[in-house]
Amino acid sequence: MKIIIYIGVLLVVTGCSSMDTVKPWDKDLLAKKSMQPVPDFFENFYDEHIYFSKEASSGGQSVGGGGCGCN
Amino acid sequence: MQLGNIKKELGVATCALLQVPAAGVHAADSEWDIDTAVLFYAESDDRVSAFEPAIYASKDLGDGELIDLRLVIDVLTGATPNGAHASSVPQTFTTPSGTSSYVTPPGETPLDDSFKDTRVAAGVDWTLPINRLQRVKLGLNGSTEYDYQSLGVSATYLQDMNNRNTTLSAGLAFNNDTISPVGGVPTPLSNMRAAGTGTNRVGGDDTKTVTDFILGITQVISRKTLVQLNYSLGMSDGYLTDPYKIVTVVDQSGLPATSAFTNGDLPYLYEKRPDSRQINSLYFKTVHSLTRDVINFSYRYFWDDWGISSNTFDLKYRYEIGRGYLQPEVRYYLQDAADFYVHNLKLGDPLPDTVSSDYRLAKMTTTTLSLKYGHAIGEKSEWSVRAGLMNQSVDDGDVPAGEETPDTDAIIVNAGYSFFW
Repeated sequence: MKIIIYIGVLLVVTGCSSMDTVKPWDKDLLAKKSMQPVPDFFENFYDEHIYFSKEASSGGQSVGGGGCGCN
Repeated sequence: MQLGNIKKELGVATCALLQVPAAGVHAADSEWDIDTAVLFYAESDDRVSAFEPAIYASKDLGDGELIDLRLVIDVLTGATPNGAHASSVPQTFTTPSGTSSYVTPPGETPLDDSFKDTRVAAGVDWTLPINRLQRVKLGLNGSTEYDYQSLGVSATYLQDMNNRNTTLSAGLAFNNDTISPVGGVPTPLSNMRAAGTGTNRVGGDDTKTVTDFILGITQVISRKTLVQLNYSLGMSDGYLTDPYKIVTVVDQSGLPATSAFTNGDLPYLYEKRPDSRQINSLYFKTVHSLTRDVINFSYRYFWDDWGISSNTFDLKYRYEIGRGYLQPEVRYYLQDAADFYVHNLKLGDPLPDTVSSDYRLAKMTTTTLSLKYGHAIGEKSEWSVRAGLMNQSVDDGDVPAGEETPDTDAIIVNAGYSFFW
């Protein structure tokens, strides 16, 4: 749990202190497909589907994935 | 040639201003962004294998309005553990239909090989801009398979802030699922019956509802770094039991209590899980660009009211090579057991309210290693192939030798081809 609090504090502190420093014309790297949180739709989709079927935990990234009677 | 490059650079610059993926440059030309993919998943020892082709199509309708369509077909075959553990004596089980039986030899984990299914799932997402900085994404999804139907709706609100360096999101989803098990819904905690002697069933089908909430923030930290933090809450109600899973009842000698049951009752009880579940997760992701390569790391802490908690780490390193890239990935997952998970039940002990021997609810780890290669073809298309090995290892604790849950090993291969049309 400590690591989560640490990550949260780090996110707020670093995020708030630098949120105005990246101007639109400096977002060339961030605009790349490889820099998106989910750069490959199906790679992520298949992983979610496999681990939903084989583990007791699921979700965390988004909502609305649909149901499955996976066994 | 130079004109082409200038056009491309202008496109990238426009993307940078709008903070949309470079792919959006082409999509804005009223083209469909199409992703096709296929997954092959196979577990060792002739257990479950899956073949899963899929297609995803996205179109920019202008002014920030987007539509996404997806279709997935999932063909499953093979044998799946029925929940009973290995024993030093042969074990006889009844197939879900109740009409035939199968025998598991001594020392082997009981597997039901009548498992076969085809699932078709489809979904549509519609992103609607409210104004320059706010938008709503509405979703509809449905799936059907032989013994399971699912229908769901979702809505996510997204708000950009701070020169679009911050995006806040809030989402809600609702699913209504119907389970129609082969042979009917087993009476929870009743005995599996010998083939042809009738079945302990309470009905033909049952339902469950799932409601999910998510709150998230995506923050640009620097020109090269993006972070995301989500909190998710999910609530399931209804039939959450696996109708095909059983629990072994053992006698004083530790063997299946065959002689203690008569008139066709077998020493195996149908499992029973609670009829509600609340899950929570905190999900953190960061994407960082090195000079050319990209690191993508995520961590999830998950907990629920069944006593399960888990930690998931995932690290990808994208190594750029000319027009292609090589991406090794390692994923490590470890979970604690559900409160009602047992190795078996002892004859004469009080029957618990809820119980399961499904190894997926046990204390265990999953380790996956994979390698992906992707290659751009011209300006508008890309293909990729990924191959991986997955290992699941259950910590059975103190169980008699020969009854341990075997590891699950699987190969995962998926290939994709994306293009604009």
